[in-house]
Amino acid sequence: MPRMALPAYATKMVCAMGALVLSTNAAANPLASGQDTAQIERGRYLTAVGDCVACHSDPSTGREFAGGRPIETPFGVVASPNITPDQQTGIGGWSAQDFDNALRRGKRPDGTHLYPAMPFPYYTRMTRQDVDDIRAYLSTVTPIHNQVEVNRLPFPFRIRGLMSFWDWLYFKPGDFKPDSGQSPQWNRGAYLVQSLGHCAACHTPKGRLGGDRDGHSLQGYSLQGWFAPDITNDERRGLGQWSTEDIVEYLKKGHNRYSGASGPMAEEVVHSSSRMTDADLAAIATYLKSEVGEQESGSVLAADDPQMKAGKAIYQDLCSACHRQDGSGSPYLIPSLARSPAVESDEPTSLLRVVFQGAQTAATGDEPTAPSMPAFGWQLNDAQVAAVTTYIRNTWGHAASAVSQSAARQAREALKPRPN
Amino acid sequence: MARKLPSKDVVIIGLGWTGSILANELTDAGLEVTAIERGPWRDTATDYAPNFAQDELRYRIRHELFLRPDQTTFTFRNKMSDTALPIRTWGAFMPPNGVGGGGVHWNGETWRFLPSDFVLKTHLTQRYGARFLPPDMTIQDWGVTYEELEPYYDRFEYLCGTSGTAGNLRGEIQQGGNPFEGPRSRPYPNPAQVQPFSHALFAKAATGLGYKPFPQPSGNMSQAYRNPLGVRLGPCTYCGFCEWFGCANYSKASPQTTILPVLVRKPNFQARDNSEVTRINTDSTGKRATGVTFVDSGGIEWEQPAEMVILAAYTIFNVQLLLLSGIGQPYDPASNQGVIGRNFTHQTISDVTSFFDNTKFVFNPFIASGSIGMCIDEFNGDNFDHGPHGFVGGGYMGQVQTNGRPIETTPVPPGTARWGAKWKQAVRENYLSALKPGTGVHGSMYSYRDVYLDLDPTYRDRLNRPLVRITMDFHDNELKQNHFLTDKFAEIFQAMGAREVAREYRKGPYDITKYQTTHLCGGAVMGTDPRTSALNRYLQSWDIPNLFVMGASAFPQNAGYNPTGTVAALAYWSADVIRNQYLKNPGQPLHA
Repeated sequence: MPRMALPAYATKMVCAMGALVLSTNAAANPLASGQDTAQIERGRYLTAVGDCVACHSDPSTGREFAGGRPIETPFGVVASPNITPDQQTGIGGWSAQDFDNALRRGKRPDGTHLYPAMPFPYYTRMTRQDVDDIRAYLSTVTPIHNQVEVNRLPFPFRIRGLMSFWDWLYFKPGDFKPDSGQSPQWNRGAYLVQSLGHCAACHTPKGRLGGDRDGHSLQGYSLQGWFAPDITNDERRGLGQWSTEDIVEYLKKGHNRYSGASGPMAEEVVHSSSRMTDADLAAIATYLKSEVGEQESGSVLAADDPQMKAGKAIYQDLCSACHRQDGSGSPYLIPSLARSPAVESDEPTSLLRVVFQGAQTAATGDEPTAPSMPAFGWQLNDAQVAAVTTYIRNTWGHAASAVSQSAARQAREALKPRPN
Repeated sequence: MARKLPSKDVVIIGLGWTGSILANELTDAGLEVTAIERGPWRDTATDYAPNFAQDELRYRIRHELFLRPDQTTFTFRNKMSDTALPIRTWGAFMPPNGVGGGGVHWNGETWRFLPSDFVLKTHLTQRYGARFLPPDMTIQDWGVTYEELEPYYDRFEYLCGTSGTAGNLRGEIQQGGNPFEGPRSRPYPNPAQVQPFSHALFAKAATGLGYKPFPQPSGNMSQAYRNPLGVRLGPCTYCGFCEWFGCANYSKASPQTTILPVLVRKPNFQARDNSEVTRINTDSTGKRATGVTFVDSGGIEWEQPAEMVILAAYTIFNVQLLLLSGIGQPYDPASNQGVIGRNFTHQTISDVTSFFDNTKFVFNPFIASGSIGMCIDEFNGDNFDHGPHGFVGGGYMGQVQTNGRPIETTPVPPGTARWGAKWKQAVRENYLSALKPGTGVHGSMYSYRDVYLDLDPTYRDRLNRPLVRITMDFHDNELKQNHFLTDKFAEIFQAMGAREVAREYRKGPYDITKYQTTHLCGGAVMGTDPRTSALNRYLQSWDIPNLFVMGASAFPQNAGYNPTGTVAALAYWSADVIRNQYLKNPGQPLHA
């Protein structure tokens, strides 16, 4: 055995030993007794689809599933709990029913309520089999002893009992009901979007107390300083101009010929959708393309509007080198402003954020480049940012509301506590 | 006492082009690789974004992306009898610093050397006889041939998305390309860039004079490109801020835009920036490298043990580390013994500035890219008979003007006032109608017994290490070459219709304050004889078989081209032999 080849071989040895240690742990853990590797593998996949790792890992330590990540809610911050099979601080002591109650009923083993930062209002539509599969997988991950103080909410929201009122208002428990009039692919997509994928958690507008607004499913919502855009087939604000293949590619690679994922969606792509099967992604795309959306035409601003004239000059000077004169960008590298759903959103939150602060797109195995938009907040004042975003929203066939100087100022202020 | 880190399979010193190539190849082979880089991490959006990259004062005049002379510098003298003094402001060349190295600030000119360049001594001796060469010229063959390197040139061009027109496809001469180039196995990955007015006009005039002009091979993208690693580049916007600058538009091939996005995703790769390697460590036999010692930004010393060391810094720093680590015999020009520091070379650059009637010619010189230009190769290498001229060597020449940046682009005819209203008037009148290619005549510099590197006896850097001492002057052969080429070059501008052509011949003595190129070469050269080379033909140290030395320091002499294509081809060539031969029996000398 040549000396230099040893380490590669040794790495494999360590992996094998790691697996051995894990299975020893699993054997000692009553949860995992009678391991079913097919079930664990299904659970591993479903855990990726559900993007559990995004919220349940602490970005400061990188320890997966150990919890501790602060999650912003409209009422304050909660921290994600530890979902490793640690007996004291994780979910090692939970029964299968406990786990199911948490995912699908929003209840903790002691009967108290989970905060809806945990997307149980969507997970409730999962099958019991999928819940059990996820539990089977989570019982095989390395147990980490990590005590998390979950509840960091201000009064009165820190009173968990209030959540029963919230549940009464918004929580509609119940299984996913397939639509027999639709194809199996559509139904699979609907199941993934509505339940485990919990797309609506970000993309559906919310009421004052954070519940989904009826009749506006997936039509876009502002959260965490971003606008999660309309992902219905809305021609102007949604995915109407994208084919199902465009949607699949975006979810799989983080990039397609028109756009690249940044912000929280970049995280979603990296942890979740880039790990999904092509069949599931095609199912999701098929379902999203069937969601009609509002299809409301906007009114375009006249080209001689003073904001439009100023915006055009700024665009020519600062934006056109990369995004091109016709807003087309460069496929998979520089987003097309002409064909990007975020541009015409009713709320220009993401557009303003990207102009003020810049953003890096997702890096995936298929598209590792991860190009970035630079920050322009130091260079452009509020009136200039308002003008150039107004111009982008009303050019190349776009028609969207003008961005006022005061809206730009407010967006700049709102971004101060949110550095990249 | 240095703190000791866990051992790695490979430690790479410097994360520029060659460090990135080797890191990518060796991590692909399954090895654990750590790269240690003296300068900072750099990437496009944060370090040279399009809303501040085009800043001539910051990057060109104040050298933002380069090494600061207070970090370390070199001493310089023309003759062995002079006393060398430290360089305090960069002039003749620009030492890079930071991740990406020279690949961040280069123009992207991606040439191949001529087949005869690799067998130079043999070729010239056969054609002209040994007595035709100056007695103190120390040129030698490389030990590797163009045919052997061709697949590796090809790999680098496809990595970079080089834009160009092939001149010789598998032996068949192609219209519009360089008819003198060695045979290439396939066309360039991208078509040549569109040429602006002055560059196209140069080509027309050159054709009229019987030459065969062709577009300079360019690392600036003529169109969007996805390289074999899956990394994307965008089309060049002809902004004119390329050399000395990072590309803000993902349009110039660099480690950042071609390799690093893939490399940083690999679990078996690690990089340490702001960490300067101070020594390559060897075991008690002195025949095996055990790793490196480096100093972090807090001044703390660390030891990184490794099974294999890849030295991949800039030319002079490669030589410095070998000298400071006591590896190889230092070169002594008096006895003509030793190899480390031997055959140090640069380039022989000159230019012409030509002035045209401003009522008829508007060149808009600001529309340009770093490797834009139309060139001719009739006077490069041994593409012409040197017999009547009494010198050897040559270079390509072309209208390769890369910018019209305001601080430096103020061409005025000879005899104009140097300042004041008349000077301003002349700048106004000539800015759009004058041409100044910058490195219009890109000549070779061959090696000589008294041009070399060693450690300075007096001056030390902030880490108390002796500075490298450069002893360099032009020899008559290069000055004759330059005079001949500059005259040929001027004829083409005259044929373009210039009103006046000012010739700026390269003259001796070698001037450390005047920019030529950053193409310093040699000092740790490759070859077939350990008495005249530091490395074998695979860039493996003759003395320490688990040490490989990348870069232009391996060039036995410099050719009349930009070196990056050859530097990268050698890196791939070496990486290939490491993967396929060395690792089967590591620590052993490779045999030809």
